[in-house]
Amino acid sequence: MVETSYYLILAAIIFSIGATGVLLRRNALIIFMCIEMMLNSVNLTLIALARQWGSLEGQIFVFMIMAVAAAEVAVGLAILIANVRHRQSINIDEINLLRW
Amino acid sequence: MSWSLLFFLLVGAVSLAAAFGVVTSRQPVHSALFLLTNFATLAVLYITLDAQFLAAAQVIVYAGGIVILILFVIMLIGGETNDFSAAQRAWSRTVGIALGVILLLVISYSTLSRMMTPSEETAALLQGGSPKAVGIELFSKYVLPFELIALLLLVALIGALVLGRQQEGAGEGIPSVKANE
Repeated sequence: MVETSYYLILAAIIFSIGATGVLLRRNALIIFMCIEMMLNSVNLTLIALARQWGSLEGQIFVFMIMAVAAAEVAVGLAILIANVRHRQSINIDEINLLRW
Repeated sequence: MSWSLLFFLLVGAVSLAAAFGVVTSRQPVHSALFLLTNFATLAVLYITLDAQFLAAAQVIVYAGGIVILILFVIMLIGGETNDFSAAQRAWSRTVGIALGVILLLVISYSTLSRMMTPSEETAALLQGGSPKAVGIELFSKYVLPFELIALLLLVALIGALVLGRQQEGAGEGIPSVKANE
């Protein structure tokens, strides 16, 4: 059995890579993917701790997070498409209006 | 070194490499495919953590749904930006990497400083995240959050439809329909 801490370290590294990607990239789609990656690393943490404590509640949490992530992707991509239709750009430096 | 540890290191290395690929790829399509790899390796790790149901859900929801949706959007809108051009402020990359390293150090320190020793008996308590166990838990103790999740998905569906709809009179409709008017 692999120690839980190894999983936590792996999840921490993936989370940091995702956060760095959000800071570095200007492409809204790639920022989106980085956010998905960060959500997934948190899922890994929750499942590892669910095994650590012998309880299923962590896994129920992950199930809920997956549903919220699916909803977030649907709405977020729709916002991106609406923005592209309006401004012909997905560079987040140029996305600075709440209304049009 | 046991076989399970070796397996974990192998899968973890692939997962980390895919995560790097997502951030550093120039083409958004490559990023999406690296993201798919990352999700698949995480599903494998879920199986090693006794979460079989969630591993299947991971493959179906993330790999089958979300990545495909992202790929569709990339193909709809192109998605090329000059991310790595010289026009970008020179210091922003340095600052971004520095902040990422600081974040990693803080998370690692807080994880390692209160490292728990794995207790074999509690791990044995978990019957495994089989679909039956998760389903019983979900439909008995957590049935209200489950229903709320269904409502959330419905609202997201309607919201995505409203946001993605073509504006009325915005121009390019379907030509044949226009001709009939």
